[in-house]
Amino acid sequence: MTFLTGKGSGQKKRVLITGVSRFLGLRLAQRLEEDPAVQTIIGVDLEEPPVPIKGLEFVKADIRSPLIARVLESTSVDTLVHTNIQSTPGRLGGRSEMKENNVIGTMQLLAAAQRAQRVRRVVVKSSAAVYGSGPGQPSILAEDYDPRRVGLTGYGKDCADAETNARDFGRRRPDVELAILRTQNVIGPTVKTNMTDYLSLPVVPTALGYDPRLQLLHEDDAVEALYLAALSRERGIFNIAGDGVVYLSKAIRLLGRVELPMLYFLAQGAGELLLRLGVADFPIDQLRVLLYGRVLDAIRAKRSLGFMPRYSTEASIVDFKQRQNGDVSTPAAKGPVIGHPTDQSSDGLMV
Amino acid sequence: MANAEVISIDARMRERSSQSGGSPERCLATTAAGRPCRNHATAGSSYCGVHQKRVRSLPAPASESPGAAPSPLSGDGGLFDRLGSFLRKRMAGDYPIDDFGYDPELSREILLPLVRPLYERYFRVRTLGVNRIPSQGAALVVANHSGTVPIDAVMVQFAVATEHPAERVVRNVAANLAFGMPFVGPLARKTGNVVACEEDAMALLERGELVGVFPEGYKGVGKGWRERYRLQRFGRGGFVELALRAGVPIIPVAIVGAEEAYPMVGNARLVAKAFGFPYFPLTPTFPLLGPLGVLPLPSRWVIEFGEPILMDHYTDDAADDKMLVFDINDMIRDTIQQMLYNNLKIRGNAFL
Repeated sequence: MTFLTGKGSGQKKRVLITGVSRFLGLRLAQRLEEDPAVQTIIGVDLEEPPVPIKGLEFVKADIRSPLIARVLESTSVDTLVHTNIQSTPGRLGGRSEMKENNVIGTMQLLAAAQRAQRVRRVVVKSSAAVYGSGPGQPSILAEDYDPRRVGLTGYGKDCADAETNARDFGRRRPDVELAILRTQNVIGPTVKTNMTDYLSLPVVPTALGYDPRLQLLHEDDAVEALYLAALSRERGIFNIAGDGVVYLSKAIRLLGRVELPMLYFLAQGAGELLLRLGVADFPIDQLRVLLYGRVLDAIRAKRSLGFMPRYSTEASIVDFKQRQNGDVSTPAAKGPVIGHPTDQSSDGLMV
Repeated sequence: MANAEVISIDARMRERSSQSGGSPERCLATTAAGRPCRNHATAGSSYCGVHQKRVRSLPAPASESPGAAPSPLSGDGGLFDRLGSFLRKRMAGDYPIDDFGYDPELSREILLPLVRPLYERYFRVRTLGVNRIPSQGAALVVANHSGTVPIDAVMVQFAVATEHPAERVVRNVAANLAFGMPFVGPLARKTGNVVACEEDAMALLERGELVGVFPEGYKGVGKGWRERYRLQRFGRGGFVELALRAGVPIIPVAIVGAEEAYPMVGNARLVAKAFGFPYFPLTPTFPLLGPLGVLPLPSRWVIEFGEPILMDHYTDDAADDKMLVFDINDMIRDTIQQMLYNNLKIRGNAFL
């Protein structure tokens, strides 16, 4: 994959990753670490990564503070990968804290990046949540579908706001290559996401009379997409998703679980209660996905970034089931699993 | 199982002659899905154009189409065996769907057989010109819309899925309202319908699918009894633009019978407004008879598929020529209106 580094043939990359202590940031750091085209990896987060990474320089910093500008300047990075837009209000200390982190954090980070003259490439990990979810949407959403058509709240709105910040940044620094990745719900044997939490429930509550199409992204593929985007020269917005869709009912059956259809408003009330009690941690606005589903057209990432998901949606579910059975050692997919954390201490790391 | 499509002529002959008084005017072959072919036989033969060749070449097993697997509900095993295998597959999650949510197995094995009695016995649908639909490749099926509840869309789907030699599936575009409704929404998706937007229709045409549109929309299904069989405004010509862009033929379809199935004699506007519906139908039986009033009246139906109108000889920018789009739109509307009047005459009495 070294040919993707293109540009300055002899020049090695200096990459800064935000959110390095969480699943995607950590795995990306591990993936980049193996790449000879990358000279230095700097990781930024509020807490130290749970697994030590050899070539990683860790900087404990808050992307919301202006201090981040000094980090960018002093480390003289040329590539910035922002994976710190989060969807767990509970873990961050409430919805307003979450918004602060996601929107103000991105704003501050990109303001700092604007000053950092050495920055040549910025990758922002957004989410498919920017499309919202509704019955009137196209069945397959392409990047140019205007998310402003849907009334977004919560996590989806955060992502949309962060993207707006990113695009403004792109206008102010046209010399910087900007890529925005809209990732589908991530699932896999080691990652912990809203979707894995939900599908791990002993009895899976669903909305009575609704059966959404699910499209999922395997954790390995999510890391690979970030990796490709970090080292590519392509600009623009890219949907990142696994191939194929399954109905939620089928996903639950594949996992060998039991479906519990509930009246939607009761389910929503129960969800809110779980959130308030701190039992579950998910963005309430994402419940709509469990009514109407959301499917992305990921052809652009295939063509431009060369992103070929190794796991289809169904294969991702099957692989995720391995963890359910306590059988993480046998990956479902053929071929080498790249960048799997060798020890299991990163097991269940938040995306 | 290479010769799974065995055609037992004798049995069929007996069955047909007992039904239609000894004159086998319909094709005697069995279709790929194991149902009797409903095409008319060609002159001097007992088979339609499609099956004539197939029957002659039957001894050579290689000539059978590979995709025509015997349906589990019409194969050799006992009914319970077949049902059991179907359910086992469903329980294990072993069935494919496409990205739009179409579930071919569910549609073919469960839903079409459920619609069949409605189609054949209740509405006694007579389907004309179904062979005008190409056996493969994209095309836009454009039909009139009527009858309060869009069962006309279901009937068109059934007609093409069972009476067309290629047994194609019509991917109807349906209103947002349908996809937002519990039970109805997932059902609409699983039977192959998609959201009425340019993106979905175009994506399907690009994949070579047969897309069904009802340009009258709510104006068509929600019109009063007095306006029956009078076509409403044909949208904004979006479907014409679509066909021009995709370069696919338009097949005009006239559906007679849906109007009488649910004659909408009144519209409770206030109720409609309260629930956010485009209209709230009052029929002679609904809501007077309560749940029973939901049953359609047993009207007699005629569905005619017209000659395909080719769109590939226009220039690339034709879709941006609004006047041309409106002209084609009007032409197709007139064609369907004319077909409606003719078929009303053919049908005669609406119920008998």
